[in-house]
Amino acid sequence: MNAVGYTAVAGQIVAVTAGAPLLTGWMRQVRARLEGRAGAGVLQPWRDARKLLRKEPITPAGTGPAFRAAPALLVATTVVTAALVPLLSTDTPVSGHADLIVVVSLIALGTLALALAGLDTGTAFGGMGASREMTVAALVEPTILLSVFALSIPAGTTNIPAIVTGAVDEPARLASPAGLLAVAALAVAVLAETGRIPVDNPSTHLELTMIHEAMVLEYAGPDLALVELGAQMRLTLLLGLLSSLFVPWGIATTGSWAALAVALVLLAAKLVLLGAVLAAAEVFWAKVRLFRVPELLAGSFLLALLAVTASYFLTGAS
Amino acid sequence: MRKSYQSSSATLPQHAENLLAQGHRLALVAAHIDEDGPRVVYLFASGPPDTRVELNVRLASDRPEVPSLAHLSFAAGRFEREMRDLFGIVPQGHPLPRRLVRHFHWPRGWYPMHADAGPPPTFGEQEGPYPFLEVEGDGVYEIPVGPVHAGLIEPGHFRFSVVGETILKLKARLWFVHKGIEKLFQGRSVAAGLPLAERISGDTAVGHALAYCLAVEEATGTQVPAEAQRARALLLELERIHNHVADLGMLCNDVGHGILNAHAQRIREHLLRLNKDVTGHRLLRGGVLPGGAALRTLPDPARLKALGEDIREITDLALGHSTVRDRFTATAVLPTPAAREIGCLGYVARASGIANDARVAHPFTAYGPQLDIPVHTTGDVLARFLVRAQEIEVSLALIEHFAEGLDAPAAVLAPHPLPGAGPGTGVGLVEGWRGTIVTRVELTADGTLTRVKPVDPSFFNWPALPVALNDTIVPDFPLTNKSFNLSYAGNDL
Repeated sequence: MNAVGYTAVAGQIVAVTAGAPLLTGWMRQVRARLEGRAGAGVLQPWRDARKLLRKEPITPAGTGPAFRAAPALLVATTVVTAALVPLLSTDTPVSGHADLIVVVSLIALGTLALALAGLDTGTAFGGMGASREMTVAALVEPTILLSVFALSIPAGTTNIPAIVTGAVDEPARLASPAGLLAVAALAVAVLAETGRIPVDNPSTHLELTMIHEAMVLEYAGPDLALVELGAQMRLTLLLGLLSSLFVPWGIATTGSWAALAVALVLLAAKLVLLGAVLAAAEVFWAKVRLFRVPELLAGSFLLALLAVTASYFLTGAS
Repeated sequence: MRKSYQSSSATLPQHAENLLAQGHRLALVAAHIDEDGPRVVYLFASGPPDTRVELNVRLASDRPEVPSLAHLSFAAGRFEREMRDLFGIVPQGHPLPRRLVRHFHWPRGWYPMHADAGPPPTFGEQEGPYPFLEVEGDGVYEIPVGPVHAGLIEPGHFRFSVVGETILKLKARLWFVHKGIEKLFQGRSVAAGLPLAERISGDTAVGHALAYCLAVEEATGTQVPAEAQRARALLLELERIHNHVADLGMLCNDVGHGILNAHAQRIREHLLRLNKDVTGHRLLRGGVLPGGAALRTLPDPARLKALGEDIREITDLALGHSTVRDRFTATAVLPTPAAREIGCLGYVARASGIANDARVAHPFTAYGPQLDIPVHTTGDVLARFLVRAQEIEVSLALIEHFAEGLDAPAAVLAPHPLPGAGPGTGVGLVEGWRGTIVTRVELTADGTLTRVKPVDPSFFNWPALPVALNDTIVPDFPLTNKSFNLSYAGNDL
C-alpha cells in the first residue's frame, strides 16, 4: 500500500511536470488547426524549453532576490501542490495534508512570487503587470476557495481527497445545483488564474495589453524556461483539479496498482479532452476590455457564493 | 490648374491666411537651396474643383528666416520644424520651437539638406536636454515604451503618463528612421528616382510611385495616355485592398480574436499573389512608370469576387462578435473638430466625419459613379474599422470598372518628352491607402532631379493619435495604434 501510495505521488508530480508542456502544445495545436493554420506541433513547448535552457542565464542589473527566487518558487509551489491534490489517487501518504486552504495558498504563493519579481525589475511593465495580476488574483483566489467550499459542505471536510472520494461514492452531489454552480465558477477562475482568453492573451506580443507576460518580460534563458514551465504546470494542475473535483470517476481510491494505471490513463484522457475544449472555446472568444475583467470575475465569485449557499441549504435540509 | 506666385516674408502670412480662408489646406512645404539663396515653397490645395496654389518665398542667404504660419495651420507648424531641422531655416515666432525630425545625436549645427552637409557624421554630443513634459499629481506614473518593441513593428518611443490604467497624456517621439531620402533623390535621373519613390513606405509602393510620376510628368510636360491612367488607378485600388485586409485582421488579433486574423492574412496572401501576377511584384512595384503603366495581366474578376465574399464574411463575423464589437466601440475617439484642426487625412479623417479624398478632389483619371466615399462620424476604432471595410467594397467595384477596356500584358507609355518641354516643376496628389500623398518635384531641362519632396499622410495624422488616446486605457493603446496604422518610414524621410 505504501509503495503504491508513494508511486501515486511521484506519478502525479511527473505527470504534471512532463505533461504540462505537452498539454500546452496540444492546446496550441488544436487552436491552430481550428483557425486553419498548420501549427508548430505538440512538442514545440518542449523544444522551446530546450532552447531556453541552453542559453546563458542573465538577470537585469539592480534586481534582487525576489527576481531570482521567483521562478524556482513558482515551480516548487506547483510541484508541492501537484503532490498534494488528488490527481491519480485519493489514498496517498500525503493526502491527509491536502487541505483546500493549503492548496489555494500554495497557488497564491506562486502568483505572489511572480508579482514580486515583476515589481523587483523596477521597469514600468513589471509593475504594470504585477498590479494587473494582483487585481485579478484578489478576485480569483476567493472564488477558488468558495467554489470548492460548496463541495466541501456535503463532504463535511475541507480535505480535497475526502471531497473527491465522497463524490465518487455519491455522484448525486455533483449533479446538484450547488455542484453545477461551483463548476462554472471554478472554470472561470481557472481561466483567469492561468491567464487565458478572455482575461489575458498568452500569445500576444503587445507589451501594453499583457498581464502575466508583462511581469515576466525581463526573464531570459533558463529562468524564462522555468517561468514558462511553471505557468504550464499551473494550467495542467488546475485543469487536473477541476476534473478530479467534477468528473472524479476513474481516480484510484484504493492502493492497487491496476487502479493507479487506469487512473493515469484516464487523467491523461480527461486533460486532453479538457484542453481541446478550452482551446476550441478560445477560438470563438475574444479578450475582454481590462476593466470588464473584474465584472467577469465578480460574476464568477457570485456563482461560487450561490453554490455555497445552495449547498448549505440543500445539505442542511436533507 | 496649378498657379504659382512669388511672395515675400512680409506678405506670406496674409497670403496664406487668405488661401486657408478660401478653403485650401496646406498640403506641402518644401525648402530649397538655390544658387541665389534659400527658397521655400508653400503648396495649398483644395478640391473639387482641383485647385493648387503655390507661394514661393525667397530668403536671405545670410539670415534664412520665415515668419511662422503655425498660428494659421497646425500642419504648417510641423512643416516649419521639419524645415528648421533639415535646412536650418528658422521659423520666426513659432509657438513650439523644438526639434522634430532631428535625431538626438546629430551634431550641433549640422543640417543634412545643406549642399555641403557631406556624408552622415558619426553621432556627436547631443544637442541640449530634451525632457518630456512631466505630468504631476497623485498616483501619476510614466510608462516608457520603445523604440525597440516586443513585436515586429517600426521604431517609435511612446511615453505614457498614466493614472491607474487611464492615459492622461501620450507623447510619441518618432524620428528614429531618417534615411535621407530627399537628399538621395537629388541628382538622380527621373527613371532612377522611381525605385526610391516606391520604397518611401514599403506598403505604399503604388501611392508614392504614382505621386512621384504625376509630379514628374507635370514638370516635363508629358501627356499620359488615358489607358495608362486607368491602369494606375487600378493598381492604386489593389494596394488599398491588400493593406486594408491585413489591418482588419490585425485589429481582430489585437483583441485576442485570432481566427479572423488567420483568415484575413490568408486573403492578403492571395491578394499578394494576385499582385505578383499583375505587376511581377507582390507589393506592386514596377506597375507605375514615369509616363505610363505596365500590367502583365489583369486581375481575374471571379477571383476578386470570391476574395471580396471572404472579406465580407470576416468583417461580418468581427462586427457580429459582441466582445470584439465592444472593444472597438467608443475606443479612442478622435472628435471631428480635432481631426479638422490637425488636418487629418485618409480613413482617419473619414472616420471622424471629414469627407476628403484626393480621388474626388484631385482626380488624375475619370473615376465614375463607382467611387463612393464612406464616412463615419463617431471617430472611434469601430468607425475606422467600418470605413476601411467599406472602402474595400468600393475598391473592388473600382477595379472591375477600370479593368474594362484595358489590355494586358501591355506597357502603355507616353512618348518621351522633349528636353525642357515642361515647366520644370510639378506636383502629384494621390489618394494612397493611408490618405492623400503629395509629392513636389523640380528638375532641370535634361531631366535631372534637383529636389523631390514627398509628404506621406502619416506626417499629418501622427499628432492625432495622442489626441484620440486621451482618457483611453493603456491596454487599448495597441488597438488604437493599429486602427490608425501610421507609417514611421513615410513620416521620417
